[in-house]
Amino acid sequence: MNVWQFMLQNRVEVAELTWEHIWLVGISILLAVAIGIPLGILITRWPAFNKPVLGTANVIQTIPSLALFGFLLPAPWIGARADRLAILALTLYALLPLIRNTYAGIKGVDPAVVEAGRGMGLTDRQLLFQVELPLAMGVIIAGVRVATVLLIGLTTIAAAIGAGGLGEYIFRGLAMVNNAVILAGAIPAAILALLADVGFGWLQRRLSPHLA
Amino acid sequence: MEAAIEFRHVSYGANGTGDIVRDLSLEIRRGETLVLLGRSGSGKTTTLKLINHLLTPSSGEIRIDGRPIRDWDIIRLRRMIGYVIQEVGLFPHFTIARNIGLVPKVENWPADRIQKRVEELLDLVGLDGQIAKRYPHQLSGGQRQRVGVARALAADPPILLMDEPFGALDPLTRSELQKEFLALQTRLQKTIVFVTHDLHEALILGTRIALIDTGQLVTLQSRNEFLSSQEPLVVAYKEAFQTDLNDSGKRP
Repeated sequence: MNVWQFMLQNRVEVAELTWEHIWLVGISILLAVAIGIPLGILITRWPAFNKPVLGTANVIQTIPSLALFGFLLPAPWIGARADRLAILALTLYALLPLIRNTYAGIKGVDPAVVEAGRGMGLTDRQLLFQVELPLAMGVIIAGVRVATVLLIGLTTIAAAIGAGGLGEYIFRGLAMVNNAVILAGAIPAAILALLADVGFGWLQRRLSPHLA
Repeated sequence: MEAAIEFRHVSYGANGTGDIVRDLSLEIRRGETLVLLGRSGSGKTTTLKLINHLLTPSSGEIRIDGRPIRDWDIIRLRRMIGYVIQEVGLFPHFTIARNIGLVPKVENWPADRIQKRVEELLDLVGLDGQIAKRYPHQLSGGQRQRVGVARALAADPPILLMDEPFGALDPLTRSELQKEFLALQTRLQKTIVFVTHDLHEALILGTRIALIDTGQLVTLQSRNEFLSSQEPLVVAYKEAFQTDLNDSGKRP
């Protein structure tokens, strides 16, 4: 039986696992955005936090994903359910590109523009929301794009701890030594990653401001 | 008459050492154009940024309208001081109208009043009203600097700080803008502090000229006094610009 026949026969399950996958990635990205962007802004304001924050995010990203899922297992409440655990680990992984791009985007705003804004009496808040964030938005969305594509891949491994998603097929296929089953997980995951990449790429261009 | 801006023994250093501006004392009179003249790295831009508190003096005191800067609400202070820089620093994601109207907007002016003010200002700096809908990258360097001046004037500030505003423009555009600046100043009577390294510009625009070198005030004189001054650095300046002209004139 080839992969297409397998997917057709199990289309309901494929759809369910794909939806689970999207849900895991989506929640994790939302959480990472909610934490990462403010942290990125914070370290442009308090440079003392720069090294510890970026350093920690960097170290987290170097931990092999399977090991990170394992480390978090004993955590109370979080470890009780596989999806919570997967979401926590995925969120941690997505932080680095988000923090880094937010920081780089804001720091990359033309210093003359910031100086002019400050000099004309914008408050720090006005400067941030009216000038710096809009001008950094293209770079920040690029961070979301990288993080999303990264997570779509990583989420397949979350199946190892029973969190579901398209990784189910990949691990099942590995156990059964059945390429068709592996591909039934891998192909939709790859398509999701491509769609996310194209979608956020489009958004990134839309939100990149007119530049001189 | 009380000075508009007053420096009292002001020093500034990046690490608190006070070596970029050293013990500077001077008064800027209401309605005059004081030119800060000096070579690159002399501390003239730093001096300018001390006035709108983009930089904080390491020692000494600056008074605006007789009141020490530390007693001012800094945001309020900056909104009554127009600021024009060489790189202009227009907001690239805002139309020209929004660029000019930003301070009025954060000051909560009603929209129709902002729009009227923008039209008025574009006219004042010699720009077509059509330009209001465009973005900064669609404008020429000279147009952008005109917008920069219009933006600085938006909330009708009594003080204007200008940091080599015409420095990046071609000579013809520069000369055009200098002439318009003079006409504008005659009309508006703002207190202006103007930074330049160009002696010609200083002589054309300045009511008085303050020569700054290595962070210190060398001399502060009216234009005519400056022309006849025997102060060695002033003489050196005049010679540099004279030779410059003679040489280029003599070339075959």
